[in-house]
Amino acid sequence: MTKTDLIEKVSLKTAGLTKKQTEIIVNMLFDSIKEALASGDKIEIRGFGSFRIRSRRNREGRNPKTGESVVVPQKRVPFFKAGKDLKELVDGKTVG
Amino acid sequence: MKKVDIANELYEKIGISKKEALDIVELVLGTLKESLKNGETVKIAGFGNFVVRKKRERKGRNPKTGEEIGISPRQVVTFRPSHIFKQYVNGQDSEVRSQKSK
Repeated sequence: MTKTDLIEKVSLKTAGLTKKQTEIIVNMLFDSIKEALASGDKIEIRGFGSFRIRSRRNREGRNPKTGESVVVPQKRVPFFKAGKDLKELVDGKTVG
Repeated sequence: MKKVDIANELYEKIGISKKEALDIVELVLGTLKESLKNGETVKIAGFGNFVVRKKRERKGRNPKTGEEIGISPRQVVTFRPSHIFKQYVNGQDSEVRSQKSK
């Protein structure tokens, strides 16, 4: 499923919103998650999961082509942890 | 930030009611879950991919007792953030893009 499919499905279930409007809202939803994480906030959605930032320290890596050792700078990566409901749902267990 | 906060943001940014905003958030999450339940990968451009991965049976250990136990095969969801998302949280979205085009 792509974002376009998602928008299509959601707009079928929302009376009174055009596909274009749904698209704007869906984009805004994902953007607000991105913005929250970028500003250091974390997101917890019950039944779905949580998004937060994980920090990676400086580490020494190698250029795979030349074998030369390089420093991979520290960075922050978005991390998602599935919630209990989602985990069970995906694993085919009954929820609740 | 919780579900309600996301809904409130939508409510503030566009003219829909709080109720409508929350309904849409629920609908989007519900649709994502439904798709993942069927083992389908969900790709959100500019955000990332939710992928269902099948794990084989493996042996684990109870870290407290050292006892060996079998871990049953299972399916798990992983999220792979897109490049755009990764760059965004590092505050370098435009910078990296220009480096790549070199």
